[in-house]
Amino acid sequence: MSSKNEQVWSDTQASPEFQDLKRKFRGFAFPLTVAFLVWYFLYVILTAFAREWVSTPVVGNINIAFILGLLQFATTFLIMWLYERHSSHSLDGPSDALRDKVDKELAK
Amino acid sequence: MSSSMLSTILFIAFVAFTLVLVFRAGRSNKKSSDFYDGGGSFSGFQNGLAIAGDYMSAASFLGIAGTIALFGYDGFLYSIGFLVAWLVALLLIAEPLRNSGRFTMGDVLAFRMKQRPVRGAAATSTLVVSIFYLMAQMVGAGALVSLLLGISDPSAKNWIIGGVGILMIIYVTVGGMKGTTYVQIVKAFLLMTGAILMTVMVLWHFGFNVSDLLGAARDASGKGDAFLQPGLKFGKDIIDPVTMAIDPVKTLVSKLDLISLGMALVLGTAGLPHILIRFYTVPTSKAARKSVNWAIGNIGAFYLMTIALGFGAAALVSRVTLLRGFKVDLNGCLIDAKGAAIVNGDVACTPLDHVKDLTPELKALLVPVDPSGNVAAPQLAQFLGGGEGTTGGAVMLAVIGAIAFATILAVVAGLTLASSSSFAHDLYANVIKRGNATAEQEVRVAKISAVVIGGISILLAIGAQGLNVAFLVAIAFAIAASGNLPAVLYSLFWKNFNTRGAVWSIYGGLFSAVILLVFSPNVTGLPTSLIPLVEGGVRFDFFPLANPGLVSIPLGFLFGWLGTITSNERNLAKYAELEVRSMTGAAIGKAVQH
Repeated sequence: MSSKNEQVWSDTQASPEFQDLKRKFRGFAFPLTVAFLVWYFLYVILTAFAREWVSTPVVGNINIAFILGLLQFATTFLIMWLYERHSSHSLDGPSDALRDKVDKELAK
Repeated sequence: MSSSMLSTILFIAFVAFTLVLVFRAGRSNKKSSDFYDGGGSFSGFQNGLAIAGDYMSAASFLGIAGTIALFGYDGFLYSIGFLVAWLVALLLIAEPLRNSGRFTMGDVLAFRMKQRPVRGAAATSTLVVSIFYLMAQMVGAGALVSLLLGISDPSAKNWIIGGVGILMIIYVTVGGMKGTTYVQIVKAFLLMTGAILMTVMVLWHFGFNVSDLLGAARDASGKGDAFLQPGLKFGKDIIDPVTMAIDPVKTLVSKLDLISLGMALVLGTAGLPHILIRFYTVPTSKAARKSVNWAIGNIGAFYLMTIALGFGAAALVSRVTLLRGFKVDLNGCLIDAKGAAIVNGDVACTPLDHVKDLTPELKALLVPVDPSGNVAAPQLAQFLGGGEGTTGGAVMLAVIGAIAFATILAVVAGLTLASSSSFAHDLYANVIKRGNATAEQEVRVAKISAVVIGGISILLAIGAQGLNVAFLVAIAFAIAASGNLPAVLYSLFWKNFNTRGAVWSIYGGLFSAVILLVFSPNVTGLPTSLIPLVEGGVRFDFFPLANPGLVSIPLGFLFGWLGTITSNERNLAKYAELEVRSMTGAAIGKAVQH
């Protein structure tokens, strides 16, 4: 029983469909993670070390520090939207198909 | 009717309403495992609201608004870190965790490892993180009550902490995950409504011109343009008292401390056990993703509103009110930090209402009653309702005060649930009983441990009332980011990760964070430390940063890597199962065969 199941898992893992799904997920989520972390730490470092520059007023009393902070909100919402779009277009379908296939084989 | 009476009535109404929900939820629980995951049948929208309710603590609502009200821009840094952190959970954790675990963080960490050591480590760090966070919330509850209801009697504060503790125990033991989720949804709805109401009123006051709001806050703050710029609280320039020039080393340390704080905020969220177990309350990974989307929407909107709340309080509520005045001695004379009366020229005793006559140097010696500005949001509510002494002011103060209580209750219930789940499912069932406990036994232990953990946190919180709430929250975030996040990420994505790696990563990160905190200026070396600096007193502040994350988070990752490569254990078959399950949701919710 258990060794049969093990076979299902490792066969699925080795299958081109699974490798393709994994590549599509990692190829999207990993670079995006690096990007938003770099962008966040850039913001924190600027508020720590570039105080004069971020204090420059832009509109009325709103300075660069506020604009950068609001941009962090904007990029967070943007990344959420991008990931949702990518998942529903490219990941959910193949992932559900693989799930059904694996569950059927496990039930045999 | 006074505002404190109205506040009490509203709060009792909230408690009564949630208790009805919780008892109904308790009756509708069918399987014993419903205690852990509420039957796993919530929708993404419901869970998103519950996550927001679980996450936005009193520290967010009262703490951030207060920090912005007193220190201006720097409070906004918290809002940003707490929000961006959700992308880690969204992109890397929520979906694979839902697919591969069942009830606790330990499920995923121990998936392909030796059960006992890894479950033991996971339960330890879950308990440590949750209890620090619990203490923070309960100490905050005690402080809030005394501020809002005007109770200064310490024994009354203890009763309030005890009452909050007993309520959270009832919520968790009776309603389990389902009951707790309902409480969190109601709270999220109330908190968002209150915040939207106040934000609209603040903006209306300034003709919906944010620049005017900021300008008014700057003018009222007495700090000039610096109030709208980073640097009043975090990463300050440190002036050498002798040369009066900027001390380059100390200034660099202070700026690194800011970066360290930012790191703990952004990486801590996805390692908080009470947040992670919320992903198990939905049936699929897709629903887990949707719940994070809803959570990000709610939390983002809320943190944007903290700008209006914080700067609104700075602009509209007087500074002396925000600080709740300054400390005076028995004769009503203003005193300094050492308790000596402030001497202004030949005036030996300056009463509180003569603060404005003091020179800036003397003003700097005054001791605020509430230096953290924790009541800025309720005070702003009072102003927006019409001010002190008006019915509208009393109503607004009461409503916002009751919402703040509701906030605390929902968060402490989530924390108690996370720690009792981990105790029962990881420690009792898998470490003590070696996987041979029935579901009924497990849940009985979970309920008993909810009572015990609740009781311990009541006692700890009563003992810890002198501690700073923000400091306790920072500890929880730093430990979660150093001890839990590296292990969870390695577990999900690194093929070679093994038992030793997991154990070293969790304990290594946890102890690095705790040890660095003990040797930090939080504990000794400063007049504001836990053990305040006195001449000839003890000090062991060898580690200069108040936030350990900058060092302890990389150490957590390093220990995990070192443990893994120094052990020969590889479990590639189980990794195949983990990878396929986490990516597809096959066999979702089924236990792993060991």
